Amino acid sequence: MLITKRVEFSASHVCRNPLLSDRENQELFGMAANPHGHGHNYVVDITLEGDPDPVTGMVLDLKKLKDVVNREVITSYDHRFLNYEVPPFDRVVPTPENIAIDIWQRLQPQLAKDGGRLHAVRVYETPDLFVDYLGETA
Amino acid sequence: MIRVTRKYRFSASHRLHAAGLSNAENAGLYGKCNNPYGHGHDYEIEVSARGPLDPRSGRAIDPAALDRLVEEQVLRPFDHKYLNTESAAFQKTVPTTENLAREIYTRLQASWNSVFPGPWPLLDKVRIAETPRNIFEVSETHG
Repeated sequence: MLITKRVEFSASHVCRNPLLSDRENQELFGMAANPHGHGHNYVVDITLEGDPDPVTGMVLDLKKLKDVVNREVITSYDHRFLNYEVPPFDRVVPTPENIAIDIWQRLQPQLAKDGGRLHAVRVYETPDLFVDYLGETA
Repeated sequence: MIRVTRKYRFSASHRLHAAGLSNAENAGLYGKCNNPYGHGHDYEIEVSARGPLDPRSGRAIDPAALDRLVEEQVLRPFDHKYLNTESAAFQKTVPTTENLAREIYTRLQASWNSVFPGPWPLLDKVRIAETPRNIFEVSETHG
């Protein structure tokens, strides 16, 4: 069975690869390369895989899941300028692809401690653009 | 591997009427969708591409390139059109949203290399909602 928890955060970012020139960044990322940054209301769907526990009837306690997500992701990301305030985005371009991978890496080991199996991380940068990451093996 | 999905919208009209069936059979089969004057929908489509991250950009696809492809291959030919009379694909084929989903997938696949010439990204799937409650999906594995 798959269960999904949806969370939101708002943050600013600039899509800019420091190894490239301003012109190359502008060509590659367009408006998103504006050095002053810009923001989004991100929506994140976190999907876990598992069978309901025969006693509790739950795949994973959603309260626990919420606490882990808040602690590991939301408190770091929400109302921040990702490039300046949230590693690894000081050196990794904060595209939604990289944000999905980072969220996976923050959550997977923590959820595993409670027996949670992370299945997918979906990051909506806008309602019309989202990415899915299913881990390294997928 | 990352899957990136972008949403687009277009409005079009269609009439479901199979040439091989009688008027009475068509009316029975398609009900109100067989209305001779046609009817319209605000279609919402999701186009998904998959691939590894490009280390230079940190992205799996260039969304602007996908926008250009969809604009040219889907929005321009279908937006604000009567599919039955204005689209070559639906002269002989009933423009059900099943057939429309396949047509969109085929059109994107056929022009994919002109916009994405490298080995990645690949077209992953096309999902089209005719209404918020009727949704159709086409992918390589579910053609």
